[in-house]
Amino acid sequence: MGKYKALIGLEMHCEISKTNTKVFSSAANTFTDTPNSNIRPVDMAFPGTLPVVNKEAVRLSLMASMILGCKQPEYLYFERKNYYYPDLPKGYQITQETKPAPVGIYGEMKYELDGVEKTAKINNIHLEEDSASSDHYSRYSTLDYNRAGVPLLELVTEPCFHSADEAVAFLETVRCIYQYANISDADSKKGQVRCDVNVSIMEEDKDETNPANWGTKIEIKNVNSFSGVRDTINYEIERQIKAKEDGTYDDMAQQTRRWDEATMTTIFMRSKVDAIDYKYFVEPNIPKLKLSKEWLEQIRKEIPVLASERKAKYINEYGLTNYDATILVKEKPISDFYEDTIKLGADPKICSNWMTTNVLGYLNKNDLQISDIYLTPEYLYELISLVEKGEISSKQSKEVFTKVLEEKKKPSDIVKSLGMKQMSDESTLRPMIVSIIEEHLELIEEYRKGRNVFDFFVGQVMKQTRGQANPSLTAKIIKEEIDRR
Amino acid sequence: MEYMSKSLEEIHEALVSGKVTSKELVEESLKKSHELQDKCNAFVTILDDAKEKEVTDNILSGIPFGMKDNYSTKGILTTGSSNTLKDYVPFFDATSVINLNKAGAVMVTKTVMDEFGMGGTGTTGHTGVVRNPWDTSRMCAGSSSGSAASVAAGIYPYATGSDTGDSIRKPAAYCGIVGYKPTYGMISRYGLFPFASSLDHLGVLTRNVKDAAIVVDNMKGIDANDMTTWDSSNIHLADSINNDVKGKKLCYIKEICDINNYPNASKELKEHLENFNKTLELCKKLGMEVEEVSVDKTLLDAEPAVYVVISCAEATSNMSNLTGIIFGPRGEGDNYIDMMKDYRTKGFSPLIKRRFVIGSYVLQAENKDRYFHNAQRVRRLLVDAWKELFKKYDAVILPVGSGPAKHLDGSKDILDENTAVLEEHLQIGNFGGFPSITIPNGFVDGLPVGVNITGNCYDDINVLNIASSLEDSMEYKNQIAKEVR
Repeated sequence: MGKYKALIGLEMHCEISKTNTKVFSSAANTFTDTPNSNIRPVDMAFPGTLPVVNKEAVRLSLMASMILGCKQPEYLYFERKNYYYPDLPKGYQITQETKPAPVGIYGEMKYELDGVEKTAKINNIHLEEDSASSDHYSRYSTLDYNRAGVPLLELVTEPCFHSADEAVAFLETVRCIYQYANISDADSKKGQVRCDVNVSIMEEDKDETNPANWGTKIEIKNVNSFSGVRDTINYEIERQIKAKEDGTYDDMAQQTRRWDEATMTTIFMRSKVDAIDYKYFVEPNIPKLKLSKEWLEQIRKEIPVLASERKAKYINEYGLTNYDATILVKEKPISDFYEDTIKLGADPKICSNWMTTNVLGYLNKNDLQISDIYLTPEYLYELISLVEKGEISSKQSKEVFTKVLEEKKKPSDIVKSLGMKQMSDESTLRPMIVSIIEEHLELIEEYRKGRNVFDFFVGQVMKQTRGQANPSLTAKIIKEEIDRR
Repeated sequence: MEYMSKSLEEIHEALVSGKVTSKELVEESLKKSHELQDKCNAFVTILDDAKEKEVTDNILSGIPFGMKDNYSTKGILTTGSSNTLKDYVPFFDATSVINLNKAGAVMVTKTVMDEFGMGGTGTTGHTGVVRNPWDTSRMCAGSSSGSAASVAAGIYPYATGSDTGDSIRKPAAYCGIVGYKPTYGMISRYGLFPFASSLDHLGVLTRNVKDAAIVVDNMKGIDANDMTTWDSSNIHLADSINNDVKGKKLCYIKEICDINNYPNASKELKEHLENFNKTLELCKKLGMEVEEVSVDKTLLDAEPAVYVVISCAEATSNMSNLTGIIFGPRGEGDNYIDMMKDYRTKGFSPLIKRRFVIGSYVLQAENKDRYFHNAQRVRRLLVDAWKELFKKYDAVILPVGSGPAKHLDGSKDILDENTAVLEEHLQIGNFGGFPSITIPNGFVDGLPVGVNITGNCYDDINVLNIASSLEDSMEYKNQIAKEVR
């Protein structure tokens, strides 16, 4: 970047997916492919319908506010943000503004990037409703109101990040928190996480705590994945530096752009002079709600074990490396899977190896979620046990693992169908080994001269048993038989 | 024998004793409805297929009534008297409609109103002007115009209304009947087309106070669909009316009632205020204390503007759902903006459009503090001033309007500067959510005029008792409109 540094602020919208119903409506809050099936009259703004606040959505957003180190208000208010758009049936969105205070205001949160701890400054976090979703075709558009009214948490940071890496590390940390606190699945693929990104650049040597030194703020809307956030920031920093060098930077007005996935560029939407006046005012249909100290305390007590605590446990109790522990806790479903497998009786270290190499390797390679694959904690435990009991070799277990996923069968069935049982029966193995040794007595001489002949004999046994002989038992018998001669 | 001009208790008695059947009542009511429609244009819909209902212990059972056309009625056209919803048939009932249905009440009409309640003349509905049954050259006032006209004409004993500024209580006065809006939140607003949510009240128009209490007893109740409702299950309005008002303290406001405030007073205004003074004397005779109090004139003078600002702001937002996309006749245009514009331009009357412009203006970022926030502050001051009065007095008693019904030909929705506060003070009852009732208290120029009694929140019984005892001491109880010219 040379003589410039970037200031980046984030707005992270995340649907709360863990409530039964929507935030102001009794319609189900579940993701479905059937359009317009999760709706009540209020979700389509039929005349006379009224919002009713979902207490669980408030509880979860207050919990998020606490975890993110924000201050909770004494009274809860909601506001109307008025604008016309086809996906906004009421013509306004019920949301929260900074005055009166939303569910959380002014927080500081630690996150880690490449092992270095950093601090993010949070301006506010507020609870609002999602809009309907629209699809545009060449001659018409369709609207699906399933999403209308789904609870949405919007987290707004100060411009406190300096690189795409910092911004993404922060977002990943927040996603992790939402998952661990059972607030949201935070699944980008279901459109549950959407970000707006603010980027400006300033002279490297100037004081960034003084807003007068900041450059022109460019807002980029609707970035729908973390990799998109990374690309957007990198593209925009480069674009702005280029403008500086071209001498066109000073002509650049404060503006809103959008990220275009296809061209990997940002595209101008509107400048600040065309900004929409949302005409906020307090939602009159929702009386101000007193948040009692008792309730807030209760919520604080209900905060579940978070990633950082799990990570400490994995290192201190299970003896995992920091590296492996970090990988395991990064996404809650993975960590849950790991813990469930251990609860069944699997050895934490062996299980960790399975998770970090085989399971995550497979998921990453095939771009899948852990819930998408046939493997369950029960099956993984079964697989680990089969190896531990010596019924299959560790080499065989890799093959079984792949077959479980491909053929959607449980490990023991795969083992049976492949006739893969490990040969651990001494009464079968010993005569076989004795006969192999007797056929190659000359090697015993070599052995006594100091040559390693074990590998040859093991290889012969494996050849005869098509790899099914228990390797350690085989080695033991070979040694005994050689030593006897 | 005609029954529809009688009180609820008398009609119920006749039904129970078998003197008349519900079917006969419905027939009588429908026949009279058609006659009145020709004369006064009070109905959007006359439900010719209305069916009799079983007579039970509930006083309302089997008895016809009228429903203002902004109450959502399942399967029955509900227009809000607006072209924007001229073909709208709701698929759900308002909560209060469900409650009346449970009581066994028989809806026979949907009554004309000022478009979406936004008017006080009864001249802005999409089906045309509503005429006053006492004198068809005069207005009924509004917005519950059709309800007032039909109850006054003896079509049935009651009709529902809604009241955002004085929309029940002023038409009641102009038509010589009773209009009652209970404390805000006693009756659920779910299913009522909103005008200004923080001011909107449901209520009823009847020909005597007890009937009003009986109907509201059957409409009210806490509702899971309306967060502003409260539990009134221990309040039994009709049963609590005992006319025991000895020692009750009333006050009236000098700045509103003193004839000396109106140097250019018309003959009608003078008679109206003299008549009001007679009513005060009656109160004293009934054993009540009546005192004159003073309220800051500057504060009172600000009242009409406060109402305009708050009601228009909320209305603009509330009616943003009217886009013609989900319901209503879809507009024409190449894109959604043009479609919405076409629908709204064609659908709304000029009066409403003017109010939307005001509402948008006062909410704009650069105007919001000066207009909207200041209006909210003054609203609070006015409510505090009334609450201060309620510390010392059981109720405030004031004249309704500046005289009898105004002429239709000279009628414009513009205020006469001098009498602005006199015309608009009932809106303070909406600012505070106070229970408020208008009863007829005499005639001016051969036409009925009314007096209003307003009490503190949750003090409905007190207000009804004062009104009932006063009503019993005058000769206008159960009066039916007689065409005077």
